[in-house]
Amino acid sequence: MRATIQPDAASVEAQSLTKVYGHGNTEVVAMHEVSFQVRRGEVVALVGPSGAGKSTLLTAIGLVNPPTSGRITISGCPVLDGPRSLVNLRSFRRKHIGFVFQKANLIPFLSAVENVQVAMEINDAPPRKARKRALELLDYLGVADRSHNLPSTLSGGQQQRVAVARALANDPSLILADEPTAALDSHRGRQVMELFRMVAHEHEAGVIVVTHDHRALDVFDRILEMEDGVLRPASTGSSGS
Amino acid sequence: MNLAIRDIRHKLSRFLLTALGIGLLLMIVMGMAGIYQGFTEDALSFLNRAKADLWIVQKATRGPFAEISRIPWDLEDRAYAVTGVAGARAFVTQIIQREYQGKPLRLVVQGLAWPRDDGSELPLMAGRALGQAHYEMIADRTLGLRLGDRVPLGKDVYTVVGITAGMAGPTGDGFAFFMIPDAIAIQYDTPGEAIRLEREARRSRLQQQDLGNTQPVLLERAAGPASQLPALGTQYVSAIMVNVEPGVDPARVAKVISGWNDVTVYPNDVQRDLMLKSIERNRKQLGMFRTLLVIISAIIMALILYTLTLEKMHDIAMLKLMGARNRTIVALILQQALLLGALGYGLAYGIGLWVYPYFPRRVAITNVILVQLALVVLAISIISSLLGVWKAMSVQPNEVLA
Repeated sequence: MRATIQPDAASVEAQSLTKVYGHGNTEVVAMHEVSFQVRRGEVVALVGPSGAGKSTLLTAIGLVNPPTSGRITISGCPVLDGPRSLVNLRSFRRKHIGFVFQKANLIPFLSAVENVQVAMEINDAPPRKARKRALELLDYLGVADRSHNLPSTLSGGQQQRVAVARALANDPSLILADEPTAALDSHRGRQVMELFRMVAHEHEAGVIVVTHDHRALDVFDRILEMEDGVLRPASTGSSGS
Repeated sequence: MNLAIRDIRHKLSRFLLTALGIGLLLMIVMGMAGIYQGFTEDALSFLNRAKADLWIVQKATRGPFAEISRIPWDLEDRAYAVTGVAGARAFVTQIIQREYQGKPLRLVVQGLAWPRDDGSELPLMAGRALGQAHYEMIADRTLGLRLGDRVPLGKDVYTVVGITAGMAGPTGDGFAFFMIPDAIAIQYDTPGEAIRLEREARRSRLQQQDLGNTQPVLLERAAGPASQLPALGTQYVSAIMVNVEPGVDPARVAKVISGWNDVTVYPNDVQRDLMLKSIERNRKQLGMFRTLLVIISAIIMALILYTLTLEKMHDIAMLKLMGARNRTIVALILQQALLLGALGYGLAYGIGLWVYPYFPRRVAITNVILVQLALVVLAISIISSLLGVWKAMSVQPNEVLA
């Protein structure tokens, strides 16, 4: 099925997502009937104790670990109906989803700008155009002066900025971040969170950030809390929206 | 963006070292093929140069390339008399080992039918052809002799007047060319005491015959060297090489000669096959060894590429998470394999050119060998990358989160 994006639709909509690992006596319900929606431009924190099912939810809506049941719609395009793919997941991921992790996970043999550029070239962007946009993104995120450095020569904060630039490279409608500030000090952690907020608002992307860092929760528009695989009623972040 | 090149650039020294290892391995494979080819070329070097149409050998033998063959030298004249024969030359060959300047000197003694064949058609790289009837020699450069060297062989001393290149026998020993009587003298060299006894016996036999009593000069000649006694003692050679006149069917001449009851005649192709059969075991042995080396190279390359892929599993998972197509990841591994193979091949060729001349036997690297090895390296590169590709394909994008 051809993926048709609706620009005005919610960034992501999850309906009754359930994920069950194993079967019989070894069956574990990691996520149960989770439903939520994230609008474009909205920054949402996903919090909860370890083992609550946050990463399971994130990988499910990131289309790398399909749910056992439930439905996921991204930018108005139904992509998963339980474990059944409704679109080419890898292609969809390439075009519409950006990822940021606790570790920047930059490719060590590519420079900062190449790490951003490769995400666009994978999506069939012409190399020159991809290079230009990659440099613009690094400039936008304040690491243009480090664009030719290898990841090993960048600080943790700089690496995360490059990772954010990479996540933005294909102008995704959804950005998923899994504890992106865990390896940073509180000051730099807050900077990265504010960066997500800026990115969400300026790029009209929905951003979901899994975090344990309660000091920066005021940056988020909304907070989703998970416990024992179940989504608790949402609380409101700084914007109060 | 070429990910393979960038990964290589990132760990360039390690990649170059790995390529050097592969290159040395491929150099051995290439060298084996060159030695294999060298066996054939050495074996056929004289046959190709002689360009004989027919070989007359001892009756019921297969000739000097398969077994001992002895026929009278004067059979050369008999062959000349056959209609359609343009030329006939005696063939004398023997491998000998002597000591020269305190070192062993192993050479293939080869007779030339001087003055019709003075060696001027040999691939001379220095000096000249044979210029006199006796006591001169042309040596292949592999023998280590220099122009003007005086080499004692048998009872006589021979002066090196010419140096050839690429003239080695099937055993890899260099050729030394003499005129036929000299070659025979070297071949049948006997101790002084044996010669004295033989001369005395010869003289005694002659005295018991009317011929010896009526022709006293013969008694004097009987005491001389056997090579100067054509009327009394037949000299033997290994074979007679015959060339037919233009337009004459060699088979027709062969039919005439095969009617003689004291010899057997073979076309040149049969002698060529016999020569190749004489080195067949060595060639097969080398061929087997080369095959094993190719397999070992493939296994080593596969392990190297697998290890290189394992190191990148996290990056490959990340690329998959970003939505990279399988072909992007396959290209990353395959291009590295091909670059490793290509660089290894280039190094093998470069190092080989430098090292092969020091090998004791000829290493003949032909264009066919180079093309064959290039194809083998291409196949090895592709096959050996399969393990890495399989591993890369099996990694899941969510492993980035681990």
